[in-house]
Amino acid sequence: MRTRLLFLLPIVAFGGLAAAFLIGLQPGRDPRLIPSPLINKPAPEFTLPSLFDGEAAFSRSDLVGQVHVVNLFASWCVPCRAEHPVLQQLAASSGVPIVGINYKDRKEDAEGWLAELGNPFSRILADTDGKVAIDWGVYGVPETFIVDSRGQIRLKITGPLTEQSLKHDVLPMIRKLRG
Amino acid sequence: MVPELGHLALIVALMVALVQSILPLVGAARRLPGLMAMAVPGALVQFALIAFAFGCLTWVHVTSDFTVENVVENSHTLKPLLYKVSGVWGNHEGSMLLWVLMLTLFGAGVALLGGGMPMALRARTLAVQAMITLGFLAFIIATSNPFQRVFPPPVNGHDLNPLLQDPGLAVHPPLLYFGYVGFSIVFSFAMAALIEGRVDPAWARWVRPWTLAAWTGLTAGITLGSNWAYYELGWGGFWFWDPVENASFMPWLVGTALLHSAIVVEKRDALKSWTILLSIITFSLSLMGTFLVRSGVLSSVHAFAVDPGRGYFILALMVIAVGGSFALYAWRAPALAPGGLFQPISREGALVLNNLLLATAAATVLIGTLYPLVLDVVAGERVTVGSPYYNATFVPLMVPLFALLVIGPLLGWKRSDLGSAFSRLKIALLAATFVVIATLALRWDGPLLGLVGIAAGSWVLLGSLAELADRIHLGRASLAEVRRRLGRQTRASWGMVLAHAGLGIAILGMVGTSLWVDEHIAAVKPGSHIRMAGYDITYKGVEPAEGPNYTAEAARFEVTRGGRPVTVLKPERRFYPVARMETTEAAILTRPFGDLYVATGAGPTPDTITARVWHHPLVPWLWGGGALMVLGGLISLSDRRYRLGAPSRRQQPAMAAAATAAE
Repeated sequence: MRTRLLFLLPIVAFGGLAAAFLIGLQPGRDPRLIPSPLINKPAPEFTLPSLFDGEAAFSRSDLVGQVHVVNLFASWCVPCRAEHPVLQQLAASSGVPIVGINYKDRKEDAEGWLAELGNPFSRILADTDGKVAIDWGVYGVPETFIVDSRGQIRLKITGPLTEQSLKHDVLPMIRKLRG
Repeated sequence: MVPELGHLALIVALMVALVQSILPLVGAARRLPGLMAMAVPGALVQFALIAFAFGCLTWVHVTSDFTVENVVENSHTLKPLLYKVSGVWGNHEGSMLLWVLMLTLFGAGVALLGGGMPMALRARTLAVQAMITLGFLAFIIATSNPFQRVFPPPVNGHDLNPLLQDPGLAVHPPLLYFGYVGFSIVFSFAMAALIEGRVDPAWARWVRPWTLAAWTGLTAGITLGSNWAYYELGWGGFWFWDPVENASFMPWLVGTALLHSAIVVEKRDALKSWTILLSIITFSLSLMGTFLVRSGVLSSVHAFAVDPGRGYFILALMVIAVGGSFALYAWRAPALAPGGLFQPISREGALVLNNLLLATAAATVLIGTLYPLVLDVVAGERVTVGSPYYNATFVPLMVPLFALLVIGPLLGWKRSDLGSAFSRLKIALLAATFVVIATLALRWDGPLLGLVGIAAGSWVLLGSLAELADRIHLGRASLAEVRRRLGRQTRASWGMVLAHAGLGIAILGMVGTSLWVDEHIAAVKPGSHIRMAGYDITYKGVEPAEGPNYTAEAARFEVTRGGRPVTVLKPERRFYPVARMETTEAAILTRPFGDLYVATGAGPTPDTITARVWHHPLVPWLWGGGALMVLGGLISLSDRRYRLGAPSRRQQPAMAAAATAAE
């Protein structure tokens, strides 16, 4: 009898997995869109040095006054590479300033990465130890936030931006915020 | 007209598959030879119909028929012919058709080559195969019709993703699917055995070549895929533990375990229900991979266009196939007669340990892949799992596996002793130690993991050769005797030696490129020098280049070593105007002990470019080792006992008796 139960193990384990898959498929659960407690809240206070020597530091107050896109990326992050052309498209098509936060990266790696792929960012800040990313509630790179002119976070996208998310989520939100 | 014919062929194939899922099973249950025999022409007709539909889709792609949506989305008149063909499977609908093509190919293979199989076993196997085909054909016709027309037709198409326009990637999916989907036939064999309630050495003898064929295809597909990532993504990484990569790697791990446990069933009539379970799990993992890749439950770099409707459909298919097979397993497997007994220290014992390690390794990959999803579903939290997890879990499991891999083949069946195995491995052990010391002398600062890796790789490589040397009595018998024994080795045993040695070489390659890579990034002007790994690299400037569907900027780097010219490397940055994407084409100089890898990017000022230069030590060994493993699989497949109608000359009497009794 004991051994018979053992033979039931595979199907029981699979049942659990299948249930997880089913929940995972529920509409509205887009693995890229994460409900963030920060939505419609003021962006957290921070001050970060620029990635490039000689440029002034950047803090939360610099976000106020116009709509910004804040994008966290790293040169070691594979999806960031996939996302990069979309960011370039965003910068070119909307002219919105994109603030890049370079997450847990080495300066020279980040520079090489930008040199290779191009630079869509208006400012690039270095979050070397990842502390600011924690305040922003970042789970992993890449993540993208839209911050309105009052410094409130209005949209958060986890994972790489795609042409679709650009068209359906990001650009409409920017248009709405700009009035 | 052609698209409609293709669509029609799919629908007819669906009906044939429906008939074939039922009648041969009824025939086998009632012992009606007429119904059982239907399975053979049924499988052949299905294959012919799907091949025809696939030909139709290829035709509309090659002729750039922009009335078909699939062509519009993925093609362009200026695209080179090779990529017009590979564009057929470079998208969701076409790749599903390739999936079904492989399903029916394996069905047709068993129909054609299984002439000596017991009639009921063949009928049941082909019926189960037809059920899988039925499910996937229904999926294609209901949700993913590749022949969908558009009106009005556009003047031109959107072009294929430029990253996929690459010769390596053109052949990668067919090989990968050959392996991935090939395990379906092993699954069907397992289902047939469970329905029959009997697993014996003859069954294992029928299953093994198909397992081996699928394994060989999957090995080739994974090797090519990682090679593509290495040179196309522009920075020389070969493996990222991405969900899509893991989706092909898990069936490979369990399939490798299956390959070995089936030997025990064939030779010793043991491990039966375990082997059946592995057969089910291997294909289940293939199914799960298909689900993960196409449903969008996990985010990945390589994702297809995602549609939750399709996700539900594949999940339903998976629940029926996997749930059904596990239920059948829970019901029938306990009744399988237990097989021969053996001592822990024996060939069987070593193979059991091999299976446990491979299965555990597959489980760690499974957990790493699904943990983000499960955590999200259970706790609503989001995480990503990366290489630190795999380095901490997967890699340590490989060390005992590699140690065992050399010892196992030297142990006898039933009972054996480790002492004699080790005494026959003395030279290999000494030689591997020497390699480690030599590495230490060369790179005394090297990380400890690197030394462990070098030790494992050289142990596997040298140990496999030592096992061969032992088998042909090298150094123990006269040269004539050694030559005679060498000539008497079966192709299967050559296959094993090649595959094991190839794995050793591939390990060395992985270790070299992962741990000792050298990197240099600099903004360069024409005339600038870079020194890397003994090479002197001079940047000469950029020149424009033109491709059929892209424009490019090719940089020119002259490479010299010790003052003598070696080669000229021309990495490119390509711009594809239709897809509006830029890609980097690295230029690579391959030498036996490493690659010099150059990629470029825009520089900080107009007259400079950014040069990224890497030295990837031993990386060619990774591809060479993979190729040897594939060659080993192919040679083993050509063993005479697998060939059609060839009498098994060296079959053991006991086994021959068992085989006759089974038939």
